[in-house]
Amino acid sequence: MIWNETKECMSRDEKIVLQSARLVKTVDRVYHNVPFYRKKMQSIGIEPGDIRGVEDLHILPFTTKADLRDNYPFGLFAVPQSEIVRVHASSGTTGKATVVGYTRKDLEIWSECVARALIMAGVTRNDIIQVAYGYGLFTGGLGAHGGAEKLGATVVPMSTGNTKKLTTMMVDFGVTAIACTPSYLLHIAETLEESGEIDKIRLKTAVCGAEPWTENMRRQMEERLHIHAHDIYGLSEVMGPGVACDCEFHQGLHVYDDHFLPEIIQPDTLEAVEDGETGELVFTTITKEGLPLLRYRTRDLTSITYETCECGRTLPRISRFKGRSDDMLIIRGVNVFPSQIESALLEMGETTPHYMMIVDRVNNLDTLEVQVEVGENFFSDEIRELEKLTKKISHVLQQAIGLAVKVKLVEPKSIERSMGKAVHVIDKRHLV
Amino acid sequence: MYMKQLSVFMENREGRLEEVLAVLKNNKVNIASLSLADTNEFGILRMLVNKPEAAYNALKSNGFSSRLTDVLAVRLSHRVGMLQELLEAICEVHINIEYMYALSTGGDDASMVLKTSDLETTEKTLRDKGVEIITPEEIGLDFD
Repeated sequence: MIWNETKECMSRDEKIVLQSARLVKTVDRVYHNVPFYRKKMQSIGIEPGDIRGVEDLHILPFTTKADLRDNYPFGLFAVPQSEIVRVHASSGTTGKATVVGYTRKDLEIWSECVARALIMAGVTRNDIIQVAYGYGLFTGGLGAHGGAEKLGATVVPMSTGNTKKLTTMMVDFGVTAIACTPSYLLHIAETLEESGEIDKIRLKTAVCGAEPWTENMRRQMEERLHIHAHDIYGLSEVMGPGVACDCEFHQGLHVYDDHFLPEIIQPDTLEAVEDGETGELVFTTITKEGLPLLRYRTRDLTSITYETCECGRTLPRISRFKGRSDDMLIIRGVNVFPSQIESALLEMGETTPHYMMIVDRVNNLDTLEVQVEVGENFFSDEIRELEKLTKKISHVLQQAIGLAVKVKLVEPKSIERSMGKAVHVIDKRHLV
Repeated sequence: MYMKQLSVFMENREGRLEEVLAVLKNNKVNIASLSLADTNEFGILRMLVNKPEAAYNALKSNGFSSRLTDVLAVRLSHRVGMLQELLEAICEVHINIEYMYALSTGGDDASMVLKTSDLETTEKTLRDKGVEIITPEEIGLDFD
């Protein structure tokens, strides 16, 4: 089934006309309402009139996560604060959050996009869906919730944190669909297997996102839970979950390009790459009111195709993500930069600046261990003091990144010194 | 009179203790007594050695985190209840024992190495009780 056939199956020519009109409006609006963009455009000598359609997209300036941070909290909003009806926030690299804002119309478009994704995944108004993303500042919970309500499904707003209650309700309510992170779904599968309830569930669809996952994980969850699992993509800066999703043919994720204009660029030269070639995904939002962004660099590496899908949609498709053009890690759905760990450790002043992050997946849940060298200046010969230090570091890091961190003290010089770019992360999850 | 104890931080994995001891051997450091405190992930090796400063520098240049800590070594007569009496005296002045281990002096008596929350008061309390405090010279420490 297709939620919005007009938009999702539109011919390429018609789509370009629609996109161009929306882009021109967006550029005009940000130029006049957002000083940051006006200055940026003026500094490279362009005016709103220079943008006549999508063919001129490439002359617009880029936007990065740093720009959002520098204009914290509301500096990039393009409407008066009274028009903003909700904000969300994600953790930033330097402790400051990245704040995003939505007008009432933005929320309507967001729920439409999520509804399109859900129906693409086979969820209908007859389904009972558990939304098991975290509710709150994170866009996952409320984003999926809004779309599921728009669709007319029966929504169970589980949030995260109580797997036992989730599985009990899944059985008792006859839940047929779930939205959560892929690693959490595998954890749920395990809980169901252990409790012997796996044969009592009526689940048929899962819409998973907020962290990268593999075909292998899809096969695993499909076999263990007897479901169809779909990949939903999004990022709070652009909107939240529902920027793209894969259909029953699983040939890439359909991007809702009537709202989000995708480009794939070479991260070094910033030049466009050919369709099918891997590069960094860049989005220009063309309907957003609260926080419109021009050419936002997602840092996600993928490729794009404009061929019509077997499902009939003409929406472009992006491939499964092949990594990132920066060093950001997604751990349990939380964005983590090694630099956050580094600055937190340096601020404490009690450790050497050498550290190693070991990311692993144990029982289908991501774990983060940070190894810290015990320098001579803070080596105590009392176990109690060293354990106190371990706890303190762990607490400071948890405050900095919003994730539980296991700290391991290691001997000086045992963390490999690199001649070039320091290696601070060992990711054992083998996702890419 | 305190003893200079050498402590070394080690990860709890195979081969580490041997590597520390190899460094000491190569620097002709003799160990009079040692204790190993271990946790799941790391351990602390505590030793009384004949050349604490030299041993410390050797470990440092080999990349180990180590330090010298003052500890008390006391001689106890080999009889039932002696250690308990000693601890009783320390408890009475509200001092906490951080750690302790046995020291071999080759004689007939039993000796202990003590690290407490207040070494000065501990020493005074024990001397008042007539407990003998061992000096480094006595057990051949600080001499080649």
